[in-house]
Amino acid sequence: MSGAPPKGLTGWLTTTDHKRIGLLYFWTAFGFFLIGGLEALVIRAQLAQPDGHVVSAETFNQLFTMHGTTMVFLALMPLSAAFFNYIIPLQIGARDVAFPRLNAFSYWVFLLGGLLLNASWLVGPLFHAGALNVAPDGGWFGYANLTERQFSPGPNIDFWQLGLQILGISSLAAGFNFIVTILNMRAPGMTMMRLPVFVWMTLVTQFLIITAFPVITVALVFLMFDRLFGAHFYLTTAGATPLLWQHLFWLFGHPEVYILILPAMGVVSEVLPTFARKPLFGYTVVVYSGILIGLMGWGVWSHHMFSVGLGPIADSVFAATTMLIAIPTGVKIFNWIGTLWGGSIRATTALKFAVGFIAMFIIGGLSGVSHASPPADLQQTDTYYVVAHIHYVLFGGTVLGLFAGIYYWWPKMTGRLLSESLGRWHFWLQFIGMNLAFFPMHLIGLLGMPRRVYTYSPELGVGSLNLVSTVGAFLIGVSILVFLLNVWRSGRRGQAAPNDPWGGATLEWSISSPPPVYNFSVIPTVTSRLPRWKTEHHEPMRDPPATPPAPIHVPGGSWWPLVAACGLPVMALSVLAHTLWLVFVGAAILIFGIYRWAYEPFEV
Amino acid sequence: MGRLQGKSDLGTLHAVTRCRLWLTTAALALAGCAGPFPQSTLRPRSDFGRAIDHLFTDIFWWAVVVFVLVETLLLVALIRFRHREGRPAPKPTHGHTALEIGWTLAPAVILVLVAVPTVRTIFATAGDAPPDALKIDVIGHQWWWEYRYPAIGVVTANEMHVPVGRPVQVSITSADVIHSFWAPALGGKRDAIPGHETRIAFRADSVGEYLGQCAEFCGKSHANMGLRVIVDADSAFETWSKAEQGGPATPAPGSAAERGKAVYSRSACLACHTIQGVSPGVIGPNLTHVGSRTTIAGGMFPNDSAHLARWITDATALKPGSLMPRMQPPLTDADIALIVAYLQSLK
Repeated sequence: MSGAPPKGLTGWLTTTDHKRIGLLYFWTAFGFFLIGGLEALVIRAQLAQPDGHVVSAETFNQLFTMHGTTMVFLALMPLSAAFFNYIIPLQIGARDVAFPRLNAFSYWVFLLGGLLLNASWLVGPLFHAGALNVAPDGGWFGYANLTERQFSPGPNIDFWQLGLQILGISSLAAGFNFIVTILNMRAPGMTMMRLPVFVWMTLVTQFLIITAFPVITVALVFLMFDRLFGAHFYLTTAGATPLLWQHLFWLFGHPEVYILILPAMGVVSEVLPTFARKPLFGYTVVVYSGILIGLMGWGVWSHHMFSVGLGPIADSVFAATTMLIAIPTGVKIFNWIGTLWGGSIRATTALKFAVGFIAMFIIGGLSGVSHASPPADLQQTDTYYVVAHIHYVLFGGTVLGLFAGIYYWWPKMTGRLLSESLGRWHFWLQFIGMNLAFFPMHLIGLLGMPRRVYTYSPELGVGSLNLVSTVGAFLIGVSILVFLLNVWRSGRRGQAAPNDPWGGATLEWSISSPPPVYNFSVIPTVTSRLPRWKTEHHEPMRDPPATPPAPIHVPGGSWWPLVAACGLPVMALSVLAHTLWLVFVGAAILIFGIYRWAYEPFEV
Repeated sequence: MGRLQGKSDLGTLHAVTRCRLWLTTAALALAGCAGPFPQSTLRPRSDFGRAIDHLFTDIFWWAVVVFVLVETLLLVALIRFRHREGRPAPKPTHGHTALEIGWTLAPAVILVLVAVPTVRTIFATAGDAPPDALKIDVIGHQWWWEYRYPAIGVVTANEMHVPVGRPVQVSITSADVIHSFWAPALGGKRDAIPGHETRIAFRADSVGEYLGQCAEFCGKSHANMGLRVIVDADSAFETWSKAEQGGPATPAPGSAAERGKAVYSRSACLACHTIQGVSPGVIGPNLTHVGSRTTIAGGMFPNDSAHLARWITDATALKPGSLMPRMQPPLTDADIALIVAYLQSLK
């Protein structure tokens, strides 16, 4: 071994090790997940009864905007990214990702973008406003023309559009990195159709990211130009239409839904076979249906816009494409049940979360079919019925799926086991909590309560249902505390994890927990889809030796990704402060960082 | 407020409706008998509303079938195939082509059965009413609704009157940001988009007062942008439209209302509000017959003197972000009382 990576804080700031970056992603995203969750609890406290007075209308609008924005861009996407980072190189038998420093850059840009967005909660006084006055307040969907300077004069929307532009850069860089990694860094014998399904779903997700994020970036740049320079991309008064925003946003926004759900589907496809002791049923079909979902996700965006009156033909077409997408999704669900069928199922916490994913996601899927039908959607859209739907998909689906991944890979990532009994409490509290929180919302919506309202009248008759929902939300909060307790306990006195605590079939279980910095002492040669399991045609592979037979070069760290990343928030600051020279400072930092990075000697 | 006068004929309830009724009852029980649900989507009172309701009922039952099937399969698998010591290792099956084809086709068939009535309903509810329909233009404002009846020359706010049994053609647009016009009992919502005109058409089938509200997030007081649709019997609608067509009531000489009119006429109110023959403003709601409306401030408060007085004194204190400013110099309490008396006289 040469060039041992620096230790301590410097080690973390300059790291290019995918495992460390994965952990950074995990803890940062989990922190944002807690912030987004707290925002949700304040929202639920306000809505616990009619005419609530916990927060003002102004604060409420900021809370639901930041809850949505945080959960989508700062919690769920980067939690998936934590697994991409940590697990993908291990599963494909690589020493790192294709561009380790670009990977570090993605992380730092994500962190700084997230901090910029959340700084908006605190920096009101700098803009001559109260402390809780300048957070974004236009909804996570930021519909024009409400977001134009005329209707949103404060810096709120600027924080939002700048934050999202910065986060987009992070996602794009990571997207290209993982596509190249998965296509080019596979171990010998790891053909595409031997890739673990999690890797496949990641690959599809990354293609969606690199194609969808440019669309929202364009939309955000238009908005920025409208707000800063008096352009009129969305201004009716100048003959433009605010509907352009909706088309661009949802053209990004629907693929984004699959960006959020496909990684969780990948996790479930790893967890179920391991704990059923049975290969994934219909591997090929699951892979192709994932690709199909990714492709079809591009043809359905207008189902978010049925109420704008696109006309009966457009409505019919988008209804049909949306319903079609239910087929590959249904096929996946049947294949997961097929995987369990005939297995020998060990009900570990990871398995409970994976099965919870299937059981809850199906509810989100079915309510989704009901608003794929435009006339029905005209009653449902923008009501709590849709809030119920997205939470069954993104909480029942993505969050439960990601927790399955956390319980599954925690031993590999930390070298310690989590407690199964605390895990059981965590799962059941969360499962019951989410159903109490989100199921009544179906009814609340059908009974006529719109979403994004800071208050509602007692005469709607939905007070008690809302109270039940609030109780459920706080139960979810308790379940997260149990998880944190579990994490703390595992760190303090968790049992040391062996290489393979679960009997997994994939390559990450063939090395120590946590893996050495070089991952594999010898790059494995893969001969089967389930390399570590005995199947009809294959003997299990031999695990790589504990110590490398020959020295392995491990690159040292680099400061330059961090330096380059710091240029972006400085440029954003220039927009917020309306100070032109700052943008040149920011650009100079970015270019200087990239220049030094490009000329950094390979051997450090 | 929010009375519902539609009646359901229990004798003809088929199974579907019974279950829906059960669901509603369950909700009622949960809701602590908070009374009927004046903004419910589940009690349609127009052809448009009923068409959607039938479609949703069909989809709902398909969803129930699929839900029960999948969750049962999942539970059976979990129980039957749970790990037991000494059981032989599972057979490493990799897939089954016939099964894959089967569970691809089954949802496809169900979706066709959903798609066909969907497309039929899309075209049936595309928003075109017969030519003799009553035409109403809806204009969304932050945060209230303006209604214009071009054929009968009526302009009013927040409370829409329509005759029962007659087709109504609603054209919707916005004066500022995007809103969405939604009165659930009468049908689906349509967005009010500046620079666009969207349409819905319905024929109300039961006399009554139905609640609705803006459904598209439109800024600070989005939650306070309520509306009411009052479905009148033919004669009541005639009476209402006759009254609305006339000019404003002339206050009795020497009455508080008359003095209120004088205060109104020299205050800044007239820059934003229309009272026919008195003031020309078009920014706020038309007040020519404001005394005949049951609520103020986008359905937030009953139209009584106490609320009116508080509203005129400081609208933003009652409704966050309200664009109605406090008068400068401030009106005295006595002046406000006189204006209230005048506004209430405008029946």
